[in-house]
Amino acid sequence: MLKIAVCAKQVPDTDIPPSQFKVDEGALRVVPPAGVPPIVNGFDMNAVEAALRLRDAGAEVEIVVFSVGTEFALDVMKKPLAIGADRLVLVDDEASESLDAMGTASVLAAAIERDGGADLVLAGRQASDWDQGHVPIMLSEMMSAPLVTLVRALSVGGDGSSFEVERVAEGGFQRVACPMPAVMTVTNELGEARYANLRGIMAASRKQPETMTLADLGLGELVNGKMVEMTRLFVPVSESNVEIIEGEDEADSGRLLALRLREAKLI
Amino acid sequence: MSGGVLIFGEVVDGGLHPTVRQLVNAAGRVANASEVTLCLAVDGSFDEGGLDGVSVGEVVLFEHPDAVSDGIGGVYSLLTELVCDAVERFEPGVVLVGKTDAGSVVSARLAARFGASLASDCIDLALNAEGRVAVTRPVHGGSALAVYEFAGDGLQVVSVRPGAFEATEGVSGMPQVDRVDVSGIGVDGAVPVLVETVVEESEGVPLEQADVVVSGGRGLGGVEPFDQLRELCGLLGAALGASRAACDAGWIDHSHQVGLTGKSISPTTYITVGISGASQHMAGCSSARNIVAIDKDREANIFSHARYGVVGDWAKVLPAFTAAVAELD
Repeated sequence: MLKIAVCAKQVPDTDIPPSQFKVDEGALRVVPPAGVPPIVNGFDMNAVEAALRLRDAGAEVEIVVFSVGTEFALDVMKKPLAIGADRLVLVDDEASESLDAMGTASVLAAAIERDGGADLVLAGRQASDWDQGHVPIMLSEMMSAPLVTLVRALSVGGDGSSFEVERVAEGGFQRVACPMPAVMTVTNELGEARYANLRGIMAASRKQPETMTLADLGLGELVNGKMVEMTRLFVPVSESNVEIIEGEDEADSGRLLALRLREAKLI
Repeated sequence: MSGGVLIFGEVVDGGLHPTVRQLVNAAGRVANASEVTLCLAVDGSFDEGGLDGVSVGEVVLFEHPDAVSDGIGGVYSLLTELVCDAVERFEPGVVLVGKTDAGSVVSARLAARFGASLASDCIDLALNAEGRVAVTRPVHGGSALAVYEFAGDGLQVVSVRPGAFEATEGVSGMPQVDRVDVSGIGVDGAVPVLVETVVEESEGVPLEQADVVVSGGRGLGGVEPFDQLRELCGLLGAALGASRAACDAGWIDHSHQVGLTGKSISPTTYITVGISGASQHMAGCSSARNIVAIDKDREANIFSHARYGVVGDWAKVLPAFTAAVAELD
């Protein structure tokens, strides 16, 4: 049995129009539009998909999703369960708001350790809120486990104790052999997560996450260790100076656009 | 600022990676040239002539027979050990790396190992009143900008977005160059092993170098419309791009993806068709000089970045546009 830990983060929905993206500059927070629920970070769902494909390929796997945060939307965080993950572990603590990447990585390392460790830790290449991609890389250092980033395909090696990996590289890709246990980040090139079917959704609704706090993990002291402090958050203003080309109909507009671009020496 | 700046630069094809001269420029925001050390991990193929005009206090060449092969391949295990060694050797206050594939990995591993503070993908650097580094970085896919200031007296690690700073140019003269044999440094424990690097021939004109790029997005709705874009690209000598949504939908290969996690382009003319202009996409084309948008939604974000636009159904606008382009001489 292969134990796979997938690290997943709850983030604001990225699919809102930019005009609805608002920040509270005083509180240094993003203010999601009313009524729009959060999502599981898209790259983390790619990571869940990577784990499920190992199972599809015949490996006997247990998939446990770990998340650190607070104010979890349970129906959102259960989405990985609905498509086939086995268990959900939530480190739910207000203090997690003040963790930096090192802090978050320490918490994940402790939660995974408490759960009996893992043969493979998967996470998305970065979270769509702060776009850093630090946590899984730091986790690999803390676990002294080999790291492979930007994974686009993954399978268990013929020896059963290593992984065969394809990772995205500049101008192509690389084939990598990686021993277990390992930490890997998954990129969207791997493919989108599958849709949940009704049976999966029903099964997920019956499962309860295992929840814990930082104190439960013996990490109550971690909260004051932030080394990089955000001091400003703002939406840059861009001045629109678009010239809209309008002809008699849409085709005519297309024709006039070509003429205008040639006049401006842009084509 | 105490401790000086260490730039850990990348080497490609026996010369400097384009980010190195940009990092030298970026370092100038927080230190005098004399306080800057540029460290490069090199093998025997490195040509010192490429250092002409690099204005730093000292260039240190870390010589290791596997330095570059690990840099290109592997998953930067050796490179991580070399950068950690450089930090122990030079005790800098600040480490700068490019936010490249390698830089992303080594900066985070270095920070974890030294308990250092880290800010990634920065587009601006400055010193704050306490003489510590303050960085500006895009967040939420580029929808917002955040300023971060380093606290405490520990090592500060910064990765810089490629292209955010110009390369320092117009300077000549060789910096002081020292060589250090680091061939004794190896990698302990279990590491990933590079089996092979596969270069995928990109279809048509390479995106990064193209003067004109034509991209399609979610609004195109399928595979077939990309053939129409290919025809237009042929007429314009343009490269073909796409939004992440179009790539993830399987309409076109991911090698065409423009955006935060795809390719960054800087054409003179960027024509988008059926792209709404999500900030994650705009992050990949912020250096495009003129954006031309065809989209049905006048409120779409792309029109607030575009220089020229047509509001309408691409299926009617594009064929007429392409036909008119074909008739231009």
